[in-house]
Amino acid sequence: MIRMENVHKAFGDNRVLRGLTLEIPQGTSMVIIGGSGTGKSVALKCILGLIEPDSGQIIVDGKAAGSGDRDAFLARFGMLFQGGALFDSLPVWQNVAFRLLRGSLKRPVDEARAIAVEKLHRVGLKPEVADLFPAELSGGMQKRVGLARAIAAEPEIIFFDEPTTGLDPIMAGVINELIREIVVEMGATAMTITHDMSSVRAIADNVAMLHDGVIQWTGPVAEMDASGDPYLDQFIHGRAEGPIEAVR
Amino acid sequence: MNLLAPLALLGRSVLALLASVGRISLYMLDAISHIFRPPFYPRELLHALLNIGWLSLPVVGLTAIFTGGALALQIYSGGARFNAEAVVPQIVAIGMVRELGPVLVGLMIAARVTSSIAAEIATMKVTEQIDALVTLSTHPMKYLTAPRLLAALITVPALVGVGDVIGIAGGYMVATQNLGFNPVVYLENTVDFLEPLDIISSLVKGAAFGGIAALMGCYYGMNSGRGAQGVGRATKGSVEAAAVLILAANFVLTGVFFSV
Repeated sequence: MIRMENVHKAFGDNRVLRGLTLEIPQGTSMVIIGGSGTGKSVALKCILGLIEPDSGQIIVDGKAAGSGDRDAFLARFGMLFQGGALFDSLPVWQNVAFRLLRGSLKRPVDEARAIAVEKLHRVGLKPEVADLFPAELSGGMQKRVGLARAIAAEPEIIFFDEPTTGLDPIMAGVINELIREIVVEMGATAMTITHDMSSVRAIADNVAMLHDGVIQWTGPVAEMDASGDPYLDQFIHGRAEGPIEAVR
Repeated sequence: MNLLAPLALLGRSVLALLASVGRISLYMLDAISHIFRPPFYPRELLHALLNIGWLSLPVVGLTAIFTGGALALQIYSGGARFNAEAVVPQIVAIGMVRELGPVLVGLMIAARVTSSIAAEIATMKVTEQIDALVTLSTHPMKYLTAPRLLAALITVPALVGVGDVIGIAGGYMVATQNLGFNPVVYLENTVDFLEPLDIISSLVKGAAFGGIAALMGCYYGMNSGRGAQGVGRATKGSVEAAAVLILAANFVLTGVFFSV
């Protein structure tokens, strides 16, 4: 279980998180929605320790995030970045098997490559892709490779940052389905950040809406449409009118 | 207008400069410490050795040969004003080994390697590849900075050595082909005149300049701003800082080795 308690984070005068409290039960898929710049990515990066919160607590399975062995802590996570964040200088299979080629999870090269090819197959990519470089792939293929990398070491917790941004609706649907299948198959705890409501409906067990640095609403995805929360209603229906100020 | 405003501006600039010096110094100490602490990344080191050392050879060689040749011509024509044309071999050797070899190689490395390191790492930062490294349990300092710094510390002195030899060869070719020097006497004068300290100072300068070039590339890359403009600023800043620091370090090291 991941628990964020009263987490605050400011960048200069910009108070991004203003007491964020959120709980993600083990083995469930939480999707965080909210407008641009509301701190969704900051929240996610705070859990991973990429950003240090100013105050508040982040607890992962009963232990404070950042306490203890950092490598062991990070080894429990997989992450799909918004732009893929694939390493340009490495071929696809080495990107996927990155964690398996070095550090505490190191395996023999042949074994690491076999696992990479298997994970590529899992996300619908052929073995020939393994030897290409990221620059030779389309946006959708890069997302799939990023997804394969995120699951390569079979993590207990997987984060997805805007998994469908920049993809056409069909490819977005494919990625959403893949994420859902993989999360269920692995029994992983998942946390996704997205603006894409089709992703929310496809991926989420639970939804949390972040606004003004706090969780405005949270609950099961099935209750989202009938929440009665004016902020959530405005967001999911994409209305310009409502309590969330839209810049025009 | 407030009369103290210029002083306040000066104060802020000095404080900002000192803060930068502090940050870079801490970064340098951290980077050096990571060279000696596992895990090590031999493939990254090999790649950096190839990129910084081997692939810089053509530009270093061309720079050195033209500089050595031009130096011979300058010394000959300048020396002719007081009947000292014969000192061409000695001055080319001492000029190349003590000063021009290390400085020019350092500046060429700053132009070629510092800019490339800064642009590469800044792009990695902008595209979240650095964050990805961290989530994959890989310390960016160990994976990106330490191998490049170590490779520069190893290869740039070697490049300086090669540059010194090629520069002297450039002077030799011009002097023997155009200026009428006897080849054997030219080489004898060159070898006799150089002292071990000249060569040691040249190689030490090479190591220092290589370290500066790699560190500035890594530091500015890791601290780049967002977007294409951030990458551009990081690249420009890294080359400017490396060039200025190389020239400043050259002054200091020359003082250390040769002040009487």
